[in-house]
Amino acid sequence: MITIELPRVLAPYAGSSTVVTVEESCATVGDALNALSSRFPGVVDRVVDERGMVRQHVNVFVNEESTRFLQGLATPVPEGSNVLIVAAVSGG
Amino acid sequence: MPNSATTTANGDVCVLIGTMKGAFFAWSDEKRENWRLDGPHFRGQSVYSLAFDNRGGRNRTFAATQSMHWGGTVRTSDDFGRTWSDGERQSVRFPAESGLALTQIWQIRPGRADEPEIMYCGVEPAALFESHDRGESWSIVEGLLNHEHRTQWQPGGGGLCLHTILLDPQNRERMAIAISTGGVYRTEDGGKTWRARNVGVRAQFLPDKYPEFGQCVHKIVHHPSRPERLFLQNHWGLYRSDDWGDNWQDIANGVPSDFGFAMLMHPHDPDAVFIVPLESDEFRCTPEAKLRVYRTRDAGGNWEPLTDGLPQADAYEAVLRDALTTDSMNPAGIYFGTRSGKLFGSGDEGSTWREIADGLPPVVCVKTAVTSAASEAE
Repeated sequence: MITIELPRVLAPYAGSSTVVTVEESCATVGDALNALSSRFPGVVDRVVDERGMVRQHVNVFVNEESTRFLQGLATPVPEGSNVLIVAAVSGG
Repeated sequence: MPNSATTTANGDVCVLIGTMKGAFFAWSDEKRENWRLDGPHFRGQSVYSLAFDNRGGRNRTFAATQSMHWGGTVRTSDDFGRTWSDGERQSVRFPAESGLALTQIWQIRPGRADEPEIMYCGVEPAALFESHDRGESWSIVEGLLNHEHRTQWQPGGGGLCLHTILLDPQNRERMAIAISTGGVYRTEDGGKTWRARNVGVRAQFLPDKYPEFGQCVHKIVHHPSRPERLFLQNHWGLYRSDDWGDNWQDIANGVPSDFGFAMLMHPHDPDAVFIVPLESDEFRCTPEAKLRVYRTRDAGGNWEPLTDGLPQADAYEAVLRDALTTDSMNPAGIYFGTRSGKLFGSGDEGSTWREIADGLPPVVCVKTAVTSAASEAE
C-alpha cells in the first residue's frame, strides 16, 4: 500500500480527504498516480499536465525526498512509501 | 459589440471583473450610478477570461480560472456566481501527442446567436478550442494546431496567446483570430485551414517590418452589422481593414500614442471604437500620466479624448487587452479596469466617468451581463 498526502486545496477532488491510499501494486510514483486517476481524476489533472509531466510549481516527495532530484515520475515507491504532494514555494 | 452580453434590452447590469487573484462582480440597475461589489470568486486564482451567455434561454457565466500551481479550467455558473460548477476535470486539454500543455485560457466567447450550443476559447500556447455542448466539453481545432507557422510564432510579454476570436454572424465557415505574436489569421472553411491576414500591419520589432505573419496584435474588434470591417490595436499601430483583414490601413489620427492593448467596439454604432493609449512598450503607462479613453465616431478618421471623471494627473495606469468593455444598453455603458485595481464606468457612452471600485487585484478582463435575471439572482 502507498499513502499519498495531498494539500488541502486538492481535498475537494479526493472525497474531501487529504490522505488517500493506493492498494494496487505500484513500482513508481507515476504508477501510483495512474492508479489514483481512476478514483480521483481531478487530483491527477492538477498534479500532472497533458504531457504527463508534473506541473512546474508542484513538488512530489517520496519518503521526504524530492522526486525532482531522483527520477521524477519514474522514482520507485517501495511498499509502504509515503508520497507527499505540495505546492512549490513559488507564488505571485 | 459587447464581448459577452448578447441582449439589447435595458435591465440590471453586472460587470464581470477578472483579476490576477480572483473574479468580482459589480452590480447596478439600469441607471448604472450606484454599484455593489461581490467577490472574490476563486480566491487566489487568476481569471483571464469571463463570458456571459444568454442564448437558448440560459444565463450562464463562464470563468477561466488558473492556479499558478494546479493548472486551469473553465467554471460555469447559472446563478451569477452563487454556485459554480465543480471544475473537477480540467476540460480544456491539448492532445497528448501535441506535446503542449495549457498555460492560460485567454478568451471564452459564445458562438453565433443561431448556434446556441457552440462556445469557443482561445488559449496559451496559441490554440483554439471549441465546444458543442455549451462548454461542458472542449476539443481543439486541429487546423490551427497544425498550422505550418506555429513553430515561428513567438510569445509576447503575456505569453504566446490566442486572445481574440471574431465570428462572421452570417457565415458559419468564417472567423478571424488574433495571436500575440503571430498576427491575424482567418478561416473560410470552419477552421480546417487558416491564412495569415496581416498585410499592412507593422512589426516594429522584426527586421522585416511588414512580414506575412509574426505581428504582435493586441486586439481586434468588429461590429456584427459590418463584420467585414475590422479594427486592430497593434503593438505600435492602429489599423482598420474593410475586407476581413486582407488589407490594413493606418488610422492613428490624433492619438497621443498608437501603442496600447485594449480596444472596444461600440455595441450599436459600427463607426465608433474606443481605445486606451499607453505611452510606449518601454513605458506601458498612460501618456502624460493622464487616464484618457479615446473614441472615434468615424471609423478611425478622428479620435477624441474622453476624460470627464477620469484622473488627469499622476495617473500611471495601464488597461490590458480584455479589460475594456461595454454593456448592451442604450445609451451604452463603457467599463474598464486597470492594472492598479481600479474599475471605471460610464453610463453615457464615455462622456462622463465614475470610479466603481478601487483596491482590486490587477484587472485583466472586464465583461458584462445585462439581464433581468441578474436581479432575481441577487
